[in-house]
Amino acid sequence: MDHIIEIENLVKTYRVGDVTVQALRGVSLNIERGDFVAIMGPSGSGKSTLMNIFGCLDKPSSGTYRLDGVSAGELGRDELAEIRNRKIGFVFQQFNLLARTSALENVELPLVYTETPARERRERAMLALASVGLADRADHHPNQLSGGQQQRVAIARALVNRPQIILADEPTGALDSRTGIEIMAIFQQLNRAQGISTIVVTHEPDIAAYANRNIHFRDGRMVVDEHIGQPRQALEELAALPQEELVEAV
Amino acid sequence: MNMKKILASVRIALRALQINRLRSSLTMLGIIIGVAAVISMVAVGSGATARIQEQIASIGSNVIIVLSGSITSNGIRLGSGAAQTLSSDDAKAIASECPAVAAVAPAVRGSGQVVYGNNNWFTSFQGTTPDYLTIRDYTMQSGSAFTTQDVDGATKVALLGRTVADNLFGATDATGQVIRIKNVPFTVAGVLSAKGQSPTGQDQDDIILLPISTARKKVIGASQANANAVGTIMVQARGPQSMQEAELEVRELLRQRHHLQSQQDDDFTVRNLEEVFAAQETSAQVMSILLGAIASVSLLVGGIGIMNIMLVSVTERTREIGLRLAIGAKTKDILTQFLVEAVTLALLGGIAGIILGSAGSYLVSYIAKWNTLISPGAILLAFLFSALIGIFFGYYPARKAAMLDPIDALRYE
Repeated sequence: MDHIIEIENLVKTYRVGDVTVQALRGVSLNIERGDFVAIMGPSGSGKSTLMNIFGCLDKPSSGTYRLDGVSAGELGRDELAEIRNRKIGFVFQQFNLLARTSALENVELPLVYTETPARERRERAMLALASVGLADRADHHPNQLSGGQQQRVAIARALVNRPQIILADEPTGALDSRTGIEIMAIFQQLNRAQGISTIVVTHEPDIAAYANRNIHFRDGRMVVDEHIGQPRQALEELAALPQEELVEAV
Repeated sequence: MNMKKILASVRIALRALQINRLRSSLTMLGIIIGVAAVISMVAVGSGATARIQEQIASIGSNVIIVLSGSITSNGIRLGSGAAQTLSSDDAKAIASECPAVAAVAPAVRGSGQVVYGNNNWFTSFQGTTPDYLTIRDYTMQSGSAFTTQDVDGATKVALLGRTVADNLFGATDATGQVIRIKNVPFTVAGVLSAKGQSPTGQDQDDIILLPISTARKKVIGASQANANAVGTIMVQARGPQSMQEAELEVRELLRQRHHLQSQQDDDFTVRNLEEVFAAQETSAQVMSILLGAIASVSLLVGGIGIMNIMLVSVTERTREIGLRLAIGAKTKDILTQFLVEAVTLALLGGIAGIILGSAGSYLVSYIAKWNTLISPGAILLAFLFSALIGIFFGYYPARKAAMLDPIDALRYE
C-alpha cells in the first residue's frame, strides 16, 4: 500500500521546568495516500503534538517519521520549511490570515517563498480562490469577510502550492455548525476530486464523522483506530438544509 | 537576491510601516534629526574650511615673503621690518639666481591720505613692480596694470583696490581720473578686482599699488641709508613642490649677499604664508570633524529608536511570523523581511534628514551669513550611514524574528 505518512514508535517528550511531559509514548501509524483521517482526543492526549510532527513543525524525540517517503527527523530548519511549503497545506482554527492584506495576497503567500514569478503567483492564487468559491472576493481584506469565508481563503492558501497533504487543526472550531459543514464539504470535495490526503484534528465527533478513518488518542497513545464504512456526506447534508446561502464552491 | 525581489520586499516593508504611520514617523524622526544635524554641522564646518582655503588662495599661490630685519639680531629681539636690510638688488638677484623661483617683486610700504574731489580716504600704498600683481594673483577690474616702463620712468600712475575706489569714486569708474596721494597728483591707471579678507582678517582691497620708483620718489621717500632699500620681497616658487627648495635658495643667497658669517643670525625673515595658514585650515577641519562627531551621537540615538520599535514590531507580529514560517518561509526570508523594514525606515529617515539638513544649512548661511558647503560626498555618506544604521540596529530584532519557533509563534496570543 502507498503511504503518505509512516510513523514508527514515535516518542515526544517535553521538559517543562523540572517536569518531563511525555506527549507521545510510542505511536506507530501509517496513513494511506488519498485517505481522509480525523484525529480525536481530549486536550493533552498528544494529538496536537502529532499534528506538529506531521506538519514538520516539530521533531520527534525518538522514532521515525516519513512524509511522502522522506524521513523528516534528520532535516534542518530550512529543509523542513521547504517541505512544509511544497508538500503540506495548513489550515488553522483561527484562520491565521494576514490582516490588512487582500484575500488574493494571502493566498499568494506560500508562492512568495518558492520564488514564483508575480504573474504566475497571481494566476494560481486566483485559481485557488475560485476553487473555494471566493473568486469575487479576491480584493477583500480578512476583516471584510465572514468566518467561513476567511477559512475558505485559508484553504485556498493551503491549496495554492498543490500540496500532497492537508493538515487541518480544528478547522471548524471557530465556526457555527452550518459553516462547519460547508468547510467539511470543501475538504471532502478536494479529497475526492483531487485525491489530496487530508488529516483533520477535531474534538467534535460530528466533524470526525465526515472522515473515512477515525483515530483516537489518549495520554500519548493511539487507543482507537476505526475505518468508517459510511462517512457523512457534507454536500448532501447541505442540500437538505434550508437554503441560506449557496456554497459556490460546490 | 535580485533587484526585483529587493523592490518587492521594500514594497512589503513600506506597507508594514504604513500600518503604524505615527509610530514609523516618530521612529524616523530620530534618524531625520541625526542625519540633518550631521549634514548641517558638516556643511558649516566645511564651509569654514572652504572660506579659509579661499583666503589662503587670495594671498597668491606658492608665495614666500621675505621681510627685512629678523626676529632676533645678536640676541636682541626685534620685529621684522625693524631694519631695512633688503634692497631691490636682492630682489633682482633672487630672480636671476634661484632656479626654484618663478617670479619676484620687491615692495615698499607706506600709508597716508588720498584725495579725490570732496572725498578723502586713509589707506596704505605698496610701491612695487608689475610682477607683484602676478604673484599676489591680483586681476584688473578696469583699466590696466602699470608696466616696467612705468617703473623705469617713475610715472605717476596708481592702481586702486576696490575699497579705495569705492570710497573715493562711489559707483563711477575711477580709471583715468586724477587723485592726490599725499598731495601728489596720480593718474588712476586701473582698479583691481576685489579680493576680500586675508587669512589674518585684513581687507586686501584697501590698498593702492604704485610703481616702486614713483613711490620712493614722491610718496614714501627713499631710505637715507640705502636708496634701494625695500621692506619686503614677494617670491613665487615654481610650484607647490618647490616651496621649500625656493625658501632654502633664497635664504642661502641672501645670507651670501649680506655677507653673514655662519654664526650670525639672518638679518631678514623668510615666511611661507601657506604653511602659516595651513594651521588655521587644520583647526577648521578638526572643528568640522568634531561637530560631525557630536551630531553622529544623535544619529546613534535614532538607531536605538529603530531597534526598539523593530523589537516591538517583532513581538506584535509573532503570529504572522509563525504563519510565514509554517507555510515555508526560511530563516533568511524572515531575516530579510525585517531587515529590509528597518533599513527602509532608516533610509526614509535619512533622505528626509538630508533634505532637512540641506535646508537647514541654507538657512544658516542665509540668516547668519556663514559660509556653508554641502558636498555630495557628505550626502552620500549620510545616505550610506543611515542604511548602515538600519542594518546594524535592525539585525538583532530581525534575527530574533527569524529564529522564532513556528509552533510557539503560531500559538502566541
